[in-house]
Amino acid sequence: MDLKEHVVQKLKEHFPGTNFETTDYRDELTIKFPKEVVVDVCSFLKFDPDLEFSFCEDVTAIDWAKRKDRFTIVYQIYSFKNNFRLRLKADVDESDCKIDSVTSVWKTANWQEREVYDMYGISFNNHPDLRRMYMPEDFEYHPLRKDFPLMGIPGSIPLPKK
Amino acid sequence: MGLESLLKQDGYFTTKVDALIAWARKSSVWPMPMGISCCAIEMMAAGDPKYDIARFGSEVMRFTPRQCDLMIVAGTVTYKMAPVVRKIYDQMPDPKWVIAMGACTASGGIYRTYSVVQGIDQFLPVDCYLAGCPPRPDNLLNALIMIQDKIGRTKAAEFKNAKPPELELTQRN
Ligand code: SF4
Repeated sequence: MDLKEHVVQKLKEHFPGTNFETTDYRDELTIKFPKEVVVDVCSFLKFDPDLEFSFCEDVTAIDWAKRKDRFTIVYQIYSFKNNFRLRLKADVDESDCKIDSVTSVWKTANWQEREVYDMYGISFNNHPDLRRMYMPEDFEYHPLRKDFPLMGIPGSIPLPKK
Repeated sequence: MGLESLLKQDGYFTTKVDALIAWARKSSVWPMPMGISCCAIEMMAAGDPKYDIARFGSEVMRFTPRQCDLMIVAGTVTYKMAPVVRKIYDQMPDPKWVIAMGACTASGGIYRTYSVVQGIDQFLPVDCYLAGCPPRPDNLLNALIMIQDKIGRTKAAEFKNAKPPELELTQRN
């Protein structure tokens, strides 16, 4: 059986009540699921002996601006064992701008989630060290949100006196 | 300068103190290489034997600001980096000069965004702006010659009572 079908089938067997949406575009498999199960799904994918998605390459987010579920968190994971890449997605709405952290599954997610927190203002439950990554700690905005002006907000970051 | 031939004739010569001090200062400008990004590579190239900044007496790149006369700000200065650049500048003893090397330091360059300071003259006094992305090493040498001209025109007394900069005691994390 094709590995893609295998991954999807295993997930559906293991999480019977959960709604998985799969997309296969340009030979890349994407699996979308509700944000509540993110840690369970991730640890299943990592620790299942057939799959072993042991490497979390990236965690990032998409801001859809006016859509109902405003943000989508994207995880890019990789299995050395099968030489296979997989993309996971979960929607987060602005009214409840939180998702569980996957740092307990992949340690690399630590800084990547901090980056998402810094740039999009999505906070991660149970994250060990949720501080800003790039911007100054007392900065109040989230630059990669669509409503943030490109040139920033004048005076929001103080400069030294001349 | 033909000093040796002068000394052979009489054994002395007359000049102004200002001229002598300016001559000494401008022939040994010690740079502070504030290399923050890609422009720094061209600044390093200016120090290699091909371009040879030593011809102008500036080969002594000091990595401590206390021994420097000239700060070469080579690279993109972000808002987060600006207090650091200013702090290093404040530690340099008077008299001191600044070259803004490259489009980024002069105007923000290609980085027209929220995170990059659109011109370091917003928080530093700049003596010479250098065009290019990055400027060639010979262009940096040209700027150095312009700085030397400027030093040659300054009077030694101008710096006698220069006020020390106001210390900013709060530290941003
Ligand atoms: S001016 Fe060009 S070469 Fe210089 S730091 Fe900016 S981007 Fe890099």
